[in-house]
Amino acid sequence: MNLYAIRAIYQFELARAWRTLMQSLATPVITTSLYFVVFGSAIGPNMAQVQGVSYGAFIVPGLIMLTLLTESISNAAFGIYMPRYSGTIYEVLSAPVSFFEILLGYVGAAATKSIVLGLVILVTARLFVSFEIAHPLWMVLFLVLTAVTFSLFGFIIGIWAEGWEKLHIVPALIVTPLAFLGGSFYSISMLPPLWQKITLLNPVVYLISGFRWSFYGVSDVSPWISLGMTLGFLVVCLIVVWLIFRTGYRLKS
Amino acid sequence: MQPVISIRQLTKTYASGHPALQPIDLDIHKGEIFALLGPNGAGKTTLISIVCGIVNPGSGQVLVGGHDIVRDYRAARGMIGLVPQELFNDAFESVWATVRFSRGLFGKPRNDAFLEQLLRDLSLWEKRDARIFELSGGMKRRVMIAKALSHEPQILFLDEPTAGVDVELRRDMWEMVRGLRERGVTIILTTHYIEEAEEMADRIGVIRQGQLVLVQDKATLMQQLGKKQLSLQLQHPLAAIPAELASYPLELSEDGQELVYTFDAQQEHTGIAELLKRLAEHDIDFKDLQTRQSSLEEIFVSLVHSHDVANGEHA
Repeated sequence: MNLYAIRAIYQFELARAWRTLMQSLATPVITTSLYFVVFGSAIGPNMAQVQGVSYGAFIVPGLIMLTLLTESISNAAFGIYMPRYSGTIYEVLSAPVSFFEILLGYVGAAATKSIVLGLVILVTARLFVSFEIAHPLWMVLFLVLTAVTFSLFGFIIGIWAEGWEKLHIVPALIVTPLAFLGGSFYSISMLPPLWQKITLLNPVVYLISGFRWSFYGVSDVSPWISLGMTLGFLVVCLIVVWLIFRTGYRLKS
Repeated sequence: MQPVISIRQLTKTYASGHPALQPIDLDIHKGEIFALLGPNGAGKTTLISIVCGIVNPGSGQVLVGGHDIVRDYRAARGMIGLVPQELFNDAFESVWATVRFSRGLFGKPRNDAFLEQLLRDLSLWEKRDARIFELSGGMKRRVMIAKALSHEPQILFLDEPTAGVDVELRRDMWEMVRGLRERGVTIILTTHYIEEAEEMADRIGVIRQGQLVLVQDKATLMQQLGKKQLSLQLQHPLAAIPAELASYPLELSEDGQELVYTFDAQQEHTGIAELLKRLAEHDIDFKDLQTRQSSLEEIFVSLVHSHDVANGEHA
């Protein structure tokens, strides 16, 4: 195990986040704060309780998930796309590191960033609405698992993308809509029956439902199913990454 | 002695179907400076990239220090430092951070004293906190070299090291290469500047269309293939070469003051004595004469050209 290499990549990536602190941290925090101001504080008091939770508190887990998904993907995608774009990837490829170590460095750093961000948003949310966390350990488990899984997913996108456009297209056209329609702002029991069925095809539903359950003990689907779906997606991503590394796809011509 | 790099039957065909390397066999000796010469697109960079692990090999085997580059890639790659042809840099990183990153990536524990000396040797120490995009092209090149040397490699690859580099940096670079060799570092450089190979290399390999056309000691190569020229400064200018001498490979300078005779130094009969006799018969008098060995560049051009002709590429 080349621990020095893992640490080098990890620190290098975190240093990049530190250098762009405004962009990495302030932007998502400000955006999320705006959601709380509009939905939580302005509209929330006029809304009925959802599943026994005030609307302002109800949207907290969904908003954290929303940010966690998009930031994990974009952090990891950018992290590996950048050296491919600038050409500095040659050094990583020529170094005595295994693919698994490369993955640990890049995905670990991306996941760390989005976990920190998720916690910052959690604290920010607490300033606007009051809530308690019923199952803190489960909350952390879902947080970490989602961050790692979607960082892996982002890593795949960063390797697949051949241009900046492709790099942004998956998060913008697929992930954000799925996250919004996955029950960030509503419970799927509020939907018409047909749409309740259709929406179960959206993997993000399970993430948000499970995460919300860890806060309030109520959920649209069983938290075990949520956990299973998240782990399933994690395994799929790992297999794809393994194939990428085995074949050298887009990395080694 | 076991070669430090041993390449056996190495081939590479890109996905486009372009055969970048025909089967190549090559041994690099420990501590030598080996120059890989060849025109653009000949396969120099592909060969280097495979040995360094950036490009997957097609078939064949490469051993670095006895370690297979695929099966035992950690041991193999750990020995190698690579300075690629192009300036690939993390524009927003500081010089210090990027060099430290490289050392860690190659599995070496942090050693600030070593890195400081390295940066000082490369005249980069003053710029250690500068971000790379602020540096000049020459300085960026130095950063690339510092990164390649940051993990104390035993083998250094320099891919077109002096392309677009100013005179001062080129001189510094050769000084550095000589210093590394004294410490026992093996250096493999690619170039299409022949004078570079001529000045620096112990051995030269010529690659063309993915084939190693020739591998030889520089001295032997220059001797074996070297044409010599005899130039005669004439006493009285000539209007034309006398018809009786047409069978000789003679050239007359434009002003008619100089007559140049090209001969092969390796031949038993160079024909010089006979030529001088014939000149005397024609009353062609000369006041001075000199002989000159042709440069590696001329050798190279003739080699590549004769190869072209052999392949029927040039009508």
